[in-house]
Amino acid sequence: MIIGTVTGTIHSTIAHEFYRAKKLLIVEREDGRLRRTGGYLVAIDSVGAGVGERVLVLDEGNGARQVTGSADAPVRSVVVGIVDDVETV
Amino acid sequence: MLLGRVVGSVVPAVVYAGLEGVPMLLVQPLDQAGRPEGRTIVAADATRMAGPDELVYYEGGREAALALDPWFVPVDHAIIGIVDAVERDVP
Repeated sequence: MIIGTVTGTIHSTIAHEFYRAKKLLIVEREDGRLRRTGGYLVAIDSVGAGVGERVLVLDEGNGARQVTGSADAPVRSVVVGIVDDVETV
Repeated sequence: MLLGRVVGSVVPAVVYAGLEGVPMLLVQPLDQAGRPEGRTIVAADATRMAGPDELVYYEGGREAALALDPWFVPVDHAIIGIVDAVERDVP
């Protein structure tokens, strides 16, 4: 999983059937020291995350399909948590 | 998934079984701000409705093929949806 910050939401009318009525978030990746890297990904929301929040993103297909309850959905990235804090040593 | 811009289309003469009729579009990957980033890719259009210059989001890897019907096809990128609007944060 990766940590990132939600920087935007995507509105889309024409999409694969599975993605209709799904909330899509743009998540900017953070590096190991929790600095924004500029990299990003577009992920489905499963926890009610909003813009500005730091989130935990699952970026793996089988787990993502488990979360979304579909065996054959074309999905790989899902926001699976909202992060309060990260402690590093 | 990532954001991309449709910059062209590919007209295949012969395709692998299962890919007949699937639109193949040239997609320029974009960074978060919408600027071009990296090399152009060819993506199968799972929406079958994306057109020139449209902003789309696409998936790569095994999940790309799952967007198609039939899904057991040799595809590594697929357009999943067309973007109407992107709402950004205002910090």
